[in-house]
Amino acid sequence: MSKGLPETRTDAAMSELVPEPRPKPVVPMKPVSINANLLGYIGIDTIIEQMRKKTMKTGFDFNIMVVGQSGLGKSTLVNTLFKSQVSRKSSSWNREEKIPKTVEIKAVGHVIEEGGVKMKLTVIDTPGFGDQINNENCWEPIEKYINEQYEKFLKEEVNIARKKRIPDTRVHCCLYFISPTGHSLRPLDLEFMKHLSKVVNIIPVIAKADTMTLEEKSEFKQRVRKELEVHGIEFYPQKEFDEDLEDKTENDKIRESMPFAVVGSDKEYQVNGKRVLGRKTPWGIIEVENLHHCEFALLRDFVIRTHLQDLKEVTHNIHYETYRAKRLNDNGGLPPVSVDTEGSHDSNP
Amino acid sequence: MSKQQPTQFINPETPGYVGFANLPNQVHRKSVKKGFEFTLMVVGESGLGKSTLINSLFLTDLYPERIIPGAAEKIERTVQIEASTVEIEERGVKLRLTVVDTPGYGDAINCRDCFKTIISYIDEQFERYLHDESGLNRRHIVDNRVHCCFYFISPFGHGLKPLDVAFMKAIHNKVNIVPVIAKADTLTLKERERLKKRILDEIEEHNIKIYHLPDAESDEDEDFKEQTRLLKASIPFSVVGSNQLIEAKGKKVRGRLYPWGVVEVENPEHNDFLKLRTMLITHMQDLQEVTQDLHYENFRSERLKRGGRKVENEDMNKDQILLEKEAELRRMQEMIARMQAQMQLQMQGGDGDGSVHGHHV
Repeated sequence: MSKGLPETRTDAAMSELVPEPRPKPVVPMKPVSINANLLGYIGIDTIIEQMRKKTMKTGFDFNIMVVGQSGLGKSTLVNTLFKSQVSRKSSSWNREEKIPKTVEIKAVGHVIEEGGVKMKLTVIDTPGFGDQINNENCWEPIEKYINEQYEKFLKEEVNIARKKRIPDTRVHCCLYFISPTGHSLRPLDLEFMKHLSKVVNIIPVIAKADTMTLEEKSEFKQRVRKELEVHGIEFYPQKEFDEDLEDKTENDKIRESMPFAVVGSDKEYQVNGKRVLGRKTPWGIIEVENLHHCEFALLRDFVIRTHLQDLKEVTHNIHYETYRAKRLNDNGGLPPVSVDTEGSHDSNP
Repeated sequence: MSKQQPTQFINPETPGYVGFANLPNQVHRKSVKKGFEFTLMVVGESGLGKSTLINSLFLTDLYPERIIPGAAEKIERTVQIEASTVEIEERGVKLRLTVVDTPGYGDAINCRDCFKTIISYIDEQFERYLHDESGLNRRHIVDNRVHCCFYFISPFGHGLKPLDVAFMKAIHNKVNIVPVIAKADTLTLKERERLKKRILDEIEEHNIKIYHLPDAESDEDEDFKEQTRLLKASIPFSVVGSNQLIEAKGKKVRGRLYPWGVVEVENPEHNDFLKLRTMLITHMQDLQEVTQDLHYENFRSERLKRGGRKVENEDMNKDQILLEKEAELRRMQEMIARMQAQMQLQMQGGDGDGSVHGHHV
């Protein structure tokens, strides 16, 4: 993560929302008119351009985790999101692979480039989640994996001779796939989100949304939102981390339309003279990027085009810091010095 | 016997015609008068459209005041059995249909015990029938045995889930299982074919015995044979249920309205709803027969065998009973001895010099 300039914005008005002082997120400065009388143009605003060039050169990491029962279209959705085959699809299994008996964590990395910007994308799949007869505590391997990544980062950070750029394997975003029953959340959904919303950014999505009509969709979304609220589950973007009024209004709008009801596809069809990604059924073609059909485009814009950086920041400044504080407190305020062998091996045996 | 008597019964139209070919009509008339009973059980996870499908199949609303519980309530709930009965009459034929619903199945985080309730219900119905059948008054035996179980498979998975396999294996010897792929409008045609094949493969792999439609008899007409062949080829049926009337192509059809089109429930190109309904109606009798001849008989022989084994257990307890009896005897003997001693004391006190005769007890 590249370190930026310290913030100078006043946030006295926002301090009521923020219960405790926390490290200011690292953002490039927005263009703000300064009160000081400038005698001429200095060129401070070129810092943005400099940062952009730097980012382009170094590229950045993004780690996205997908969680949900098998068959909900997780891999297809991720492939659709990043418009490339970044996730191995279960439907192309050659039928030798079965549902694993325990939850496995499979991380696959790809480098995608767009407009000169390189992104090292890691998709973390969790096959076996919610598929067994007895699914008690099936979120534990996932929580363990997430904490292990924090641990890895922490170790690097407290190293005496540490790397210039610490490799970031922390999970920035967790897409949780809700089965489109049309009724309500399942007990497992509630349990998972309750446990994990405190350690990672959870973005709930309603999978395979082409199974619901418009009324069913909006009813279901309302019910899900209410249930999450009643149980105190804060999904990303969390209300408590809204920086200022601008953020709040923008995020409020997004929160009102979440969870996004999505449809994924990697097949193209001809519709009205254009080639679109979609699903062809005897009663019509479902267009993935058509906002009248499903909310995939909203999800994509949200995760990639507007909040990608924020996802990383919240992970670093909030979740990671929480973990770090807990670890340091456990150690009596000292950084963990000894080489913990348990922290250095992965969840996968 | 004079030759006059036989001539009285000859049908004047056809020489040699006796008339017992009329028997099926008599049976038919009696059945129509008596009406039919059928019990259908529906099992599947919440939200797979079971209630909607049942309402669509029988063009009625079996669940008028339904409240769908939230996730938190589902955590606490165990599997319930809810039976609703409707009397449907069509062209003079009465059907007393009981639909047994199993809310709570597959909801819990740990579903290990979720089919115990269902299995005990099925067994209970068999038990009751067995009891009635062995009773003295067999005139009005009510048949509440489960004749058919629609098992709803989620279209979102890649085939059968571990819970599906475990459940079907637990009941395939007790009830006719008809697997149904729910919410089939989620799937494209290719996905549907793939899923059906996958499910059939898994059923075979795990040796699950689902209900097999009997082949059409060789003397049936071609249409019926073709229909049976089509039905057999479409198992498991992938269905869509709805009771909403949607305007499509100028007429009102039952269906689901999407922004991209209308899914028609009764359109065979869209889903197998009609096939499922046909199968259920034309094979209702067969389903009842198989329940009676196969599943019930299985249960009955198991039960009676088990009943015998219960006596053996009592034999093993006989030793224990013997010991208890001996202990009791000893106690009684002691009591009598004490009573005798008391009596002697009294006699001694009264007589003074009475000879003490030791009685042998």
